[in-house]
Amino acid sequence: MYAFDFEKPTTVAEAVAALADDEAQPLSGGQTLIPTLKQRLAMPSKLVSLTGIAEMQGVCTNDAGQLCIGGATPHAVVAAEAASKYPALSALASNIGDPAVRNRGTIGGSVANNDPAACYPSAVLASGATVVTNNREIAADDYFQGLFSTALEEGEIITEVRFPVPQAANYQKFVQPASRFALVGVFVAKFADGVRVAVTGASNDGVFRWTEAEKALSANFSPDALNGLSVSADGMIGDLHGTPEYRAHLIAVMTKRAVAAAS
Amino acid sequence: MPKDSGIGAASKRREDVRFLTGAGNYTDDINVYGQAYVYFLRSDVAHGRINSIDTSAASEMPGVVRVFTGDDFEGVGGLPCGWQVTDRFGQPMQEPGHPVLARGKVRHVGDPIAAVVADTLQQARDAAEAIELDIEELPAVVDMKAALNEGAAKVHDELPSNLCYDWGFVEDNKAAVDEAIKNAAHVTTLELINNRLVANPMEPRVAVGDYNRANDESTLYTTSQNPHVIRLLMGAFVLGIPEHKLRVVAPDVGGGFGTKIFHYAEEAFVTFASRKLNRAVKWTASRSEAFMSDAHGRDHVTKIELALDADNNFTAIRTETYANMGAYLSTFAPSVPTWLHGTLMAGNYKTPLIYVNVKAVFTNTVPVDAYRGAGRPEATYQLERVVDKAARELGVDPIALRRQNFISEFPYATPVAVEYDTGNYFATMDKLEEIADLAGFDARRKESEAKGMLRGLGINCYIEACGIAPSNLVGQLGARAGLYDAATVRVNATGSISVMVGAHSHGQGHETAFPQVVADMLGIDESMIEIVHGDSSKIPFGMGTYGSRSLAVCGSAMVRATEKIIKKAKKIASHLLEASEGDIELKDGKFSVAGTDKSVAWGDVTLAAYVPHNYPLEDIEPGLEETAFYDPSNFTYPSGAYCCEVELDPETGKVTIERFAAADDFGNVVNPMIVEGQVHGGIGQGIGQALLENCVYDSEGQLLSASYMDYAMPRAEDVPFYVVDHSCATPCTHNPLGVKGCGEAGAIGSPPAVVNAVIDAIQSGGKNVLHIDMPLSPQRVWAAMQD
Amino acid sequence: MAKVSMTVNGRAVSGDVAGNRLLVEFLREDLRMTGTHVGCDTSQCGACVVHVNGKAVKSCTMLAHEAEGATITTIEGIASPDGTMSRVQQAFQDHHGLQCGFCTPGMVMTATKLLEQNPTPTEAEVRHALEGNICRCTGYHNIVKAILAASGQDVSKIAAE
Repeated sequence: MYAFDFEKPTTVAEAVAALADDEAQPLSGGQTLIPTLKQRLAMPSKLVSLTGIAEMQGVCTNDAGQLCIGGATPHAVVAAEAASKYPALSALASNIGDPAVRNRGTIGGSVANNDPAACYPSAVLASGATVVTNNREIAADDYFQGLFSTALEEGEIITEVRFPVPQAANYQKFVQPASRFALVGVFVAKFADGVRVAVTGASNDGVFRWTEAEKALSANFSPDALNGLSVSADGMIGDLHGTPEYRAHLIAVMTKRAVAAAS
Repeated sequence: MPKDSGIGAASKRREDVRFLTGAGNYTDDINVYGQAYVYFLRSDVAHGRINSIDTSAASEMPGVVRVFTGDDFEGVGGLPCGWQVTDRFGQPMQEPGHPVLARGKVRHVGDPIAAVVADTLQQARDAAEAIELDIEELPAVVDMKAALNEGAAKVHDELPSNLCYDWGFVEDNKAAVDEAIKNAAHVTTLELINNRLVANPMEPRVAVGDYNRANDESTLYTTSQNPHVIRLLMGAFVLGIPEHKLRVVAPDVGGGFGTKIFHYAEEAFVTFASRKLNRAVKWTASRSEAFMSDAHGRDHVTKIELALDADNNFTAIRTETYANMGAYLSTFAPSVPTWLHGTLMAGNYKTPLIYVNVKAVFTNTVPVDAYRGAGRPEATYQLERVVDKAARELGVDPIALRRQNFISEFPYATPVAVEYDTGNYFATMDKLEEIADLAGFDARRKESEAKGMLRGLGINCYIEACGIAPSNLVGQLGARAGLYDAATVRVNATGSISVMVGAHSHGQGHETAFPQVVADMLGIDESMIEIVHGDSSKIPFGMGTYGSRSLAVCGSAMVRATEKIIKKAKKIASHLLEASEGDIELKDGKFSVAGTDKSVAWGDVTLAAYVPHNYPLEDIEPGLEETAFYDPSNFTYPSGAYCCEVELDPETGKVTIERFAAADDFGNVVNPMIVEGQVHGGIGQGIGQALLENCVYDSEGQLLSASYMDYAMPRAEDVPFYVVDHSCATPCTHNPLGVKGCGEAGAIGSPPAVVNAVIDAIQSGGKNVLHIDMPLSPQRVWAAMQD
Repeated sequence: MAKVSMTVNGRAVSGDVAGNRLLVEFLREDLRMTGTHVGCDTSQCGACVVHVNGKAVKSCTMLAHEAEGATITTIEGIASPDGTMSRVQQAFQDHHGLQCGFCTPGMVMTATKLLEQNPTPTEAEVRHALEGNICRCTGYHNIVKAILAASGQDVSKIAAE
């Protein structure tokens, strides 16, 4: 790692102020950022830790019935506290990384980083969640803008993610054998007004909605509704672990399995 | 009835307590007062000409002690190769130089170009970024066959081509083999790749060089499987430090699997630099650095043909292998695809004619050398895959085909130069059929099919050769070292014993198992015996631990030394008991006179040896310490039969290992708990090779699988519990313990079993897939099933 | 450089460390507690697992300053002060759950936490809990067996068909 200063504010306002410095960067759980720093792939002047901010911690339900998760809430806490309210989200959280990673890694960190193989972005997008920052609310459909790219501005902090709770939902992750990230992950969420399907791990553009499947499933929420549907391999990631064709194929398989598990 | 101590007892490991409580002493735990740290600037291109290296800015950076480049090693030897192979035409292999730091050219990603020594690692790394390099990138050769094409870029400009050697074995058999294949009733042909692997012991390599100006002595602390080999190679061939001024210590070592046998540039560098700087220098590899600097394993591309007569008897085998050497010859690299591979091509079968051709090739990749099994897994994999394919082509049961061709009489001289002293392949196969519950397979397959899954069964037999020896023979084969081992048994005055051994324990449990042998011989408690290893200043010159040799070779030396101890102790006892030496018996730690109740305790004899008041000084010297060197007369030949049962998800191609059984013949067993642990670990690595692990370069020579993010290590969820058995024991006929070695068997026997099982599963689903190259990743299996 | 203070295995410690100092570096290099190991640089092998405020954490992926005021337990603090090994440690020895010992501290720390949270895990739960701990020696057989045994379950029938 290059040298950097460390600051650990206790309020969002202090954090925002600290991040105003040149080349300052927020540090949440650090499970992605610290390995990146070890490779000297980033050179922040200062890391501003978000883990000491009490208002960014925890899981609760708001008046609209949405599940509100503080941006600095670790995966393990989400896994435990969302279990009864939003089981599919809890299950997703309980399979990110490993137990030690889940004790440090946070939802805000994951959503802010938007790794194309991360699990959370699929839940956020499929749930139609709202990403709340220190100065605005961003709809999931507007938030994700491609590989490691989001609507966040420099110095903007995810303070909370608000999930509408679907009637039924499931996440199916097919792991990349080395990293155990998603080679393909599909999150299916059925709401009263329709079904949303979000896919992670597969596309060169990061997480995306499979609208054709959504339409079919909104009409008939059963695995059979997906018969004959497929995703084009164009734009899918090709690497050591999967060709674009394989990933496209897995999307259909995992979507069917998610629907079967949810219904 | 299991024993509770001595040979055959599952004694709990005494070394565990320190490892379980954080008290282990690994090389990175060693810090020398005032030490500096070195960071190696490594090539990020696979092949390039070094036009210039400007270290002036780096040298001025804070904390920098000195920046070294290849020019600082003018007049210093390069890293030596310990084995010279002679090719088909009687010519020695091509043997290019291997500088400690690159000179003239860089030849693989990770090739060290410069070394920055600074007060802290961070300073060294910062300064390395300030080194200005002018490297002209050259076309890289990665694919072995392309590397041999006319006009291919040369890894070493001074050599005629990228061919290291073209080896034929046994060359005199070639014509007869060709003829037999031409006239065979059936020939099964298989082209396959034995995937390149990275050994990945969990402890990355570390080296600390410490120079003592007072006595002009250098100490190297290093993560090595064989400290004396490093002392010899580095002292005599690289740095020219006399051995009596060079101490090499390999303390607790966190796994080796072959990759810590070899002498590496970093070891030579820290020793060299500490002498130049009069200051200790420490290097600790990061895992990322390990991927591009530890010797890799396997990487063979092979075509094998198996000829059978009309009755399905094997009549001939012909194989052609391209073996990747990487950019330089690592310490034992040339021996792996030749003498550790060709000699095993008979496997468990009485095939009368065999010809093995191996072309070793230089490429712009990390050097390749021995990894758990070393040559034997490659031999077993091709043989057992082609036998399985033959059974499928001929429509015969794969177990029956194997049984029909098993060697049944011992000793058996193979057509590939080795003589198996003993074995019983029918017994291990019988045992396997029982422990794997083959009878229940059809029912299990139906259960899988009811869930929409495919189920497959894969069988494999293996033979391996351990305890490579004897030295005079391996010398003729090109080895530049002896392959004996040594032990000193030092009995202390009070009767406790220190046994100094040349073998090195880095997970094998020598500290527990070796005392079991000595305790059994003397009839004293195991706890009275301590094993000392890993420090060239404390132990006799031994060759270290690899090739499943520790107990068979070093253990035998220990037995011989203990026999000398007994002989002398009996003389002392006969004096104390005033009896004739021939009448003295040693039992349960007591010397007694046969047929009488006169006896003297072990401790009284040992005390007499060191306080020789009542002692036959005119006949024997005081003291009780003996050393023995043991040079085996033959290899040992462990063998076994393995079975893997997989479930395959046809929609995703994902393979799950449902059951795994191993029936091994290791001869006699000293500690069954440790032996089973060795087999478990080998199977885990073999499953890793078969399903998960793959070291991949792109066409430019960039390493794509350069961390655990892309190199798939087996994890707990990837493997099942294993059923293992070693009750079918035919003791080795030529070493005093009757042991054969168990360290590599699992890694040799498991990959073909897994692949055979996956092919069986796919076939059961009606797809005529006959081969998939390892690793059988979900994508590869799925893709094969689409064709 | 800034001061950081924490409690490690019951002992109050502090040090003046740079912002980029990792917790594992603080433990190994500043405190010279070398039981915690580093086996990778991508946060996967788990040789560095320690307990921070009662939770298993990879100490190679946490800054020392993030542990300000924390209560830390390392492998050196698992056995009783009289040297008696914990249930998990003893089970690892009894069932040969380690060979080279390098991954062992992390394995013990992860297993100890698992059994606190799930006192009688199934084999599958044990294997899943070890997702972030890589062992190259044992093929995991005896590690899983040792953890099941430490939970008080009968392991005598494992793979003994």
